[in-house]
Parts: sequence; C-alpha cells; structure tokens
Amino acid sequence: MRYETIIIGAGLSGLAAGIRLAMFDKKVCIVEKHVEIGGLNSFYVRKKRRFDVGLHAMTNYSPKGVRSSPLGKLLKQLRISHDDFRLCQQEVSEIRFPENSLRFTNDFEFLRQEVSEQFPDQIDGFNKLVEKILSFDELNLNEGGCLLSRPVLESFISDPILIDMLFCPLMYYGNAREGDMDFYQFVIMFKSIFVEGFSKPQGGMYYILNLMADKFKSLGGELRMGNGVKTINSKEGTVYSVTLDKDGELETEAVLSSMGYVETLSCCQPKVLDLEECKIGQVSFMESLFVVDKEPRDLGYDKSIVFFSTQPRFNYKVPGDLIDISSGVLCCSNNFKFPEPLDDGLIRLTNLASFGRWDCLPRKDYISAKKEWRGRALDALFAFFPDFRDNVVFLDSFTPKTIKKYTGHINGAVYGSPQKIKNGKTSVNNLYICGTDQGFLGIIGATLSGISMANLHLLK
Amino acid sequence: MTIEDVRQIILNILADIAPDEDISSIDDNTKLRDQIDLDSMDFLDIVMELRKRFNIEVPEKDYEHLATMAGCVSYLTPLLKDRSMAS
Repeated sequence: MRYETIIIGAGLSGLAAGIRLAMFDKKVCIVEKHVEIGGLNSFYVRKKRRFDVGLHAMTNYSPKGVRSSPLGKLLKQLRISHDDFRLCQQEVSEIRFPENSLRFTNDFEFLRQEVSEQFPDQIDGFNKLVEKILSFDELNLNEGGCLLSRPVLESFISDPILIDMLFCPLMYYGNAREGDMDFYQFVIMFKSIFVEGFSKPQGGMYYILNLMADKFKSLGGELRMGNGVKTINSKEGTVYSVTLDKDGELETEAVLSSMGYVETLSCCQPKVLDLEECKIGQVSFMESLFVVDKEPRDLGYDKSIVFFSTQPRFNYKVPGDLIDISSGVLCCSNNFKFPEPLDDGLIRLTNLASFGRWDCLPRKDYISAKKEWRGRALDALFAFFPDFRDNVVFLDSFTPKTIKKYTGHINGAVYGSPQKIKNGKTSVNNLYICGTDQGFLGIIGATLSGISMANLHLLK
Repeated sequence: MTIEDVRQIILNILADIAPDEDISSIDDNTKLRDQIDLDSMDFLDIVMELRKRFNIEVPEKDYEHLATMAGCVSYLTPLLKDRSMAS
C-alpha cells in the first residue's frame, strides 16, 4: 500500500491540506504525534473545563458572502459554509500604553478615527502607510528581498510611540523575529487584525478542529493519532516513505510536513546538508488562564483583547528573565458577541517568555517558578488594570516548555523560524512544508498555508 | 453527451465550488471570472473536478480555453461526446 501524500501533523495546516487532497480522491494519510488534533492551536481539559490553547481570537474576520478575503477563500476552498464556522465578532479591543490608548473594532475606520484623535500630527502619515499596505501584494509566494518594517513605518510616521503601538498587536499575534518584522508579514498581520478584525467560533478551537477533521475523514482521508514520524526517508534525493515511532513504515509519493522547517529536515534520512544554515525561532510565550466568578466586564475588563505595554517603548524580544512582564496580551473570551453568555468568566494573560530559561529549571523549581512569575505578571498588570485576584476560582499556566512538549516545535517557538520558506520547497524532491514555517500565520493563515501548498505541489 | 449536457456539467461544478453565487444567468461569451467571483484557485478546482468526475486531464496551457462558458463547452464537448452524464 502506497500513499500519494503523507501529511505530518493534524494541526490546521495539515487538516486543511488533507481536506483538499481527499476532496479530489487522493490517497492521503495525516500522521499526528499527539493524541489530540490541533498542534499549535488546540485545546485541553482541566477540571472538566475545556480551554483553547493558541487561540485568543481568530483574525481575518470577513462577513458572509465576501469570497475574495482570506477567510472567504479558505471557506470556498474547503467547501465549508460561513455559518458552519459559527463566528462571533469581537466588541472592542485596545492597545494600551502608559500615555496613550488606541481602541479598534472590526470597522477599520474606527481605528483611523482613534489615530487622528490620539496622534493628530501623525494621521496624514498613517493614512499614507495604510495606502501602501492596502496596495501591497503580501501573498506573492516568490521569494522577494527581505524588507523590514521599522524603516518603512519610520518613513511615514515620526512618533516612535505610535509605531510601537501599531507593532504591539501585530508582533504578539504573528512575529517570529525579534525587534522588527518582515514587511510582508506586517502587511499580512495589519490587514488580518486592523482591517479585517477578530472573531471567535462558538465552541472554540475544539469545534473548528473537529469540523475539519470530520470533513477530512468523510472525504475518505485517513488520520493516525498518537504516532509520530521518526524519519522521512529518501532515495536519490526523492522522498519515498516515512518511518513511524510505532508500527513501521508508510510508503508514499510525497510528504507535506507541518512540523517546522528545521524539525522536518532533522527527520530526513539520509541527512540533508542545509540544516546548519537555518535560523531557529526563539519567540515563545507564557500564558495564564484565570477562571473568574463574574463576567470580566463586571471586574472592569470590558475589552475583547488588550495589547499592553507598561513602558513607553515596547520591546518585542526574548526576555533575559523567564518572562517579560513589561508587556502582554489580555484576552476576555466573554467579550465577544456570543449568542448566549459563556458558562465561565475567563481572562487570559500572555507574556513573552524565554524557552532557554524555563528549560534549564529542574522539575521542582519549574513548578514554583510558574507560580512566582504568574504572580509577578499580575502585579505588573494590576498597576494599570483592576485587581481580580479575589475572584479567581481556577487557574492554570503554560510555558514555552509546555508548548515544546505538545507541539514538537524547537524552543516552543510558536511562530516558527524568522526565515520563512514561502514556496514550501525543501532540498528533497516531493518533500514540502506547510504551516508555521511556510509563512502564513495565525489560524486563518495556517489553514491557507495547508490549502495553498496542497494546491501548488500536490494537486496539479 | 450533447453540448447542453456539457454546459450543465460546468454549471454543476460551478455550483459546487461557488455555492453562494447565482449561476443561472451566466452569459456564455463573457469571462466567468467577470461574472462570478472566481480566482486562480477556483480554476484549479474546475480542472480538478473534471479530472475527478470524467478522468479528463486539462494541461495548464489549455486553462485559457476555460475562461468563458462557450470556451469550456467547445473545449470539452469533443472530449466528452462519447460519455454519458452519469460518468
């Protein structure tokens, strides 16, 4: 038995690619190491409560009937209706710095108005930047030159605080690079967050992932859970099989891997040469979830998502400490327009974190460090936001180490390598990559990555 | 298969890949992409559906023949004339 394609990883990109291939009767199998689907955007259960991981919100909201948007393309290609995603839009989100606040909604003109009120001397430059962004072809899969964002932004905007405020959400939600951002990534993120906006699916990631896995299986696709890929085997430079951790070898004509670029090359047998030149991603996060006994808005948390910096200048880099408490993201799931209120109040706090610092702690210190740094992050937060400590009925935290354990991504780097492989090709024939390291990020981006790599390499 | 059958097959495929579009009033001589919102990803789907349903391979250089309904019909009718609708 020989497959036409083996897909490694049952995250959004792998599932989406699988649906495309199964839709056209390709013999396809998705192999997933973990016992749950989802990869970097998944879910877990504690004390009978199901929590999303990865997902704060889905970016790229566009209404039903819009077909040319990223969400519209995704739905069309997977032949899933907009209603089936059960998307509930955000209310209002905010970028909050010590001296300034910019609120934004799913109507871009709202943000434009905020900028003109908060930064009246910058609005002309901002408008010109927006024009450049809207006319930029960020989805071109051909490798362009590496253009960084900061110099581009500085050519339009002279106030560094406004530049940092615009960077803050875009970096937190999709930047693998420290300090600056590739301009095409900036454009992707700007459009997906500010121009299109946030929503959440009713039922969370669990619902979306199962919708996709069910679709894949109903089209005849095969899904193997709890069995990772040990090696990707090639002969004369062309892939021919994968060896699994358990029960042997699967022969295949092609492999599409969502493990990450370096992670994929590290599995190749025989070894491939270009491994040492690859940049490995470093950016990771610690996240704490707080179930509270009230609606977050009754505790003074009325925004859908807040991107904050407690310092005038925002610094996006791997911290020297275990986490960086000077900036973060607050997400209140309750503050989305769900048809019915959620069962629990939920506040999530995300901070930049250092994989290296967490990874070297012995088990005992690791547990106490989680508690200590969660406390420090809250102390920093409560200097600007109301204290909710007395209302917490359940809490849990995960770190870069947790992310590495469940996703296999080196360094727990949630956005992968800063060097993206836009065309998905590797030095091995018929071995392609999709997902985080291909270059489309976020939930919609990952899904489109799977679709476009399947279309480009495996369907023609 | 008649010319009308072939036209119906294209309509069936379009209905599958663009479920929200009104395909009842398609003009045969105007580009499909100007009438309903189709992009290059959708054209790939048309080609893939032809392969799946009728085992017809449309090479990339011939994609231009699929730009209009009239083009589709004249390109595909010779390939499908001995086939039945049930495929």
